[in-house]
Amino acid sequence: MASSRITKTFKALKKQGRKAFIPYIMAGDPSIEKTKELVLLLEDCGADIIELGVPFTDPLADGPQIQRAAERALANGVRLRHVIALVKDLRKSTSVPLILMTYYNPVFKYGEEAFMKDASEAGVDGIIVPDLPPDEAGVLRRLSKKHGIDTIFLLAPTSTPERIETVVKASRGFIYYVSITGITGARLHLGSSLKESISRIRSLTDKPVAVGFGVKMPEEARAVSGIADGVIVGSEIVKRINSEPQDFSKLKEYLLSLRDAIR
Amino acid sequence: MKRGYFGLYGGQFVPETLMPALKELEAAYLSSKKDKAFQKELSELQKTYIGRPTPLYFAKRFTEHLGGAKIYLKREDLAHTGAHKINNALGQALLAKRMGKSRVIAETGAGQHGVATATGAALVGLDCEIYMGTEDMKRQALNVFRMRLLGAKVIEVPIGSRTLKDAINEALRDWTTNVRNTHYVMGTVFGPHPFPSMVRDFQSVIGKEAKKQILSAEGRLPDLLIACVGGGSNSIGLFHEFLKDDVNMVGVEAGGHGISSGEHAARFAGGSIGVFQGCKSYLLQDEDGNVLGTHSVSAGLDYASVGPEHAYLKDSGRIRYTYATDEEALSAFELLSRTEGIIPALESAHALAEAVKLAPKMPKDSIIIINLSGRGDKDVEHVARIKGVHI
Repeated sequence: MASSRITKTFKALKKQGRKAFIPYIMAGDPSIEKTKELVLLLEDCGADIIELGVPFTDPLADGPQIQRAAERALANGVRLRHVIALVKDLRKSTSVPLILMTYYNPVFKYGEEAFMKDASEAGVDGIIVPDLPPDEAGVLRRLSKKHGIDTIFLLAPTSTPERIETVVKASRGFIYYVSITGITGARLHLGSSLKESISRIRSLTDKPVAVGFGVKMPEEARAVSGIADGVIVGSEIVKRINSEPQDFSKLKEYLLSLRDAIR
Repeated sequence: MKRGYFGLYGGQFVPETLMPALKELEAAYLSSKKDKAFQKELSELQKTYIGRPTPLYFAKRFTEHLGGAKIYLKREDLAHTGAHKINNALGQALLAKRMGKSRVIAETGAGQHGVATATGAALVGLDCEIYMGTEDMKRQALNVFRMRLLGAKVIEVPIGSRTLKDAINEALRDWTTNVRNTHYVMGTVFGPHPFPSMVRDFQSVIGKEAKKQILSAEGRLPDLLIACVGGGSNSIGLFHEFLKDDVNMVGVEAGGHGISSGEHAARFAGGSIGVFQGCKSYLLQDEDGNVLGTHSVSAGLDYASVGPEHAYLKDSGRIRYTYATDEEALSAFELLSRTEGIIPALESAHALAEAVKLAPKMPKDSIIIINLSGRGDKDVEHVARIKGVHI
């Protein structure tokens, strides 16, 4: 099978000795048109891969920033099908790897086969489903392979060696290491344990490892990029978008500072 | 059947962070089942603390009023704290202690499970925090104070619909964050495996007792069992012991203002298969898979999904599921109060409402057991408000 756009991105970065900057935004917050503008802005600011959150009523792995963003997006009428259509539209102007971060029920209700087909045709490169551990993802994994979409699974500080093995095997594109025992947007603890956890994962696989949950400021991003292959920043970006939803000039400064920090 | 599944339903749809905790819980639970000392402590406390066995009471005047089948009430309303919830909360509190956890958390809607968990935690000596939606805290101020009296901290959940489902989301987030020292006391036969099986086992004492009691009172098994179904723990608690017997069963969901109004919590009548808060089951959802708001006069039945084992028993046809509207439940609430001097919980009144429909059509020598899952004191103020009476 040809290697995916996500895999190619990590390979190219590795050659250049750089680390991936992976921002997350909630699709439809403040509006689907603004999300389009934001994706292009993120790419301009040096994002290597972009995560698009799919709004859901009950985002149990997310903190208040992202839950409120999902509530705003739902109030704007944005659903999974609109996010797929947005990706299709974006593909006219960008080839940056795009990942959908969605809870399982919208995908299940859409129909897993139909979802994979439509997402793949639209140009989605990967999916992250935080409430779907590999043990429950048999069907989705098979379909995602068939349609050329990477399934990215998560590991956490609580993961046992047995869990690490399962997740490493099931992940394609990269492995998402959750830096904290907690939800998105919580406080990051940069300590030796993060480094140890990542090396434990690395001893089992060559797949790239990106770290997310709790990375907010450039200093943190820099520290994480010293350990991992990629740095994911979500809640803080979502918060800043919401505080100035019409004017992205300050946001741009912040994004550039993150980009500069991730090496 | 796949591990942790009931046919198509169940599973473990949770963040990876929780997967090791679920495994630890399953192992602790399975070993506790075989541990004689643990079982002895549990059954001793069921007897001396909860007050089990609860009576099986022949409701003579209620029976005469309806003019058909003989109606027995399984009196879970007489259990300590006034509802069946304590059976599970006490079991899980003991299990938490056994696992070396220092803290328990729980969600609560009407407050009954929160009170039961706070009670279990006080008895065993664990820190206890209860998540409750802002709306529910307003509606159930008395239970909020009861929990605080019992030494628990009540944490307000001001986001989402500010009700039970949001309290569960917050409890799951807390558990994800504090999983190393905390046990999550899920209040019903819902959520990720092993909760649906474990909670059922802690509640199945209801059916085990009822079977012995009816055999001793009537010398035979009943013809029909009726129980209300929110998450489904009191109903599965009564039904489970009788599944292999020739006994009919009806589960009664909350019909709210009627199915066509869209304001109800009848997952079987108005829902479809979905994945929500840890498991696959029937779910009230829109065409895009977002979870719909629910309505019931009874907070304990006001939930968008239902235990996965019930979904399986519905599809297999072993149990029939129906619903009672707010109005039918309120009328049964008053009828039992007047004919028997027993004020039932509004949840249990849904089961009584089904008996009001069925009993008159059944022969006089047939037998119905209704699970009277809780007492109605908590609902008196609410019912007065509905009737326009100022207390």
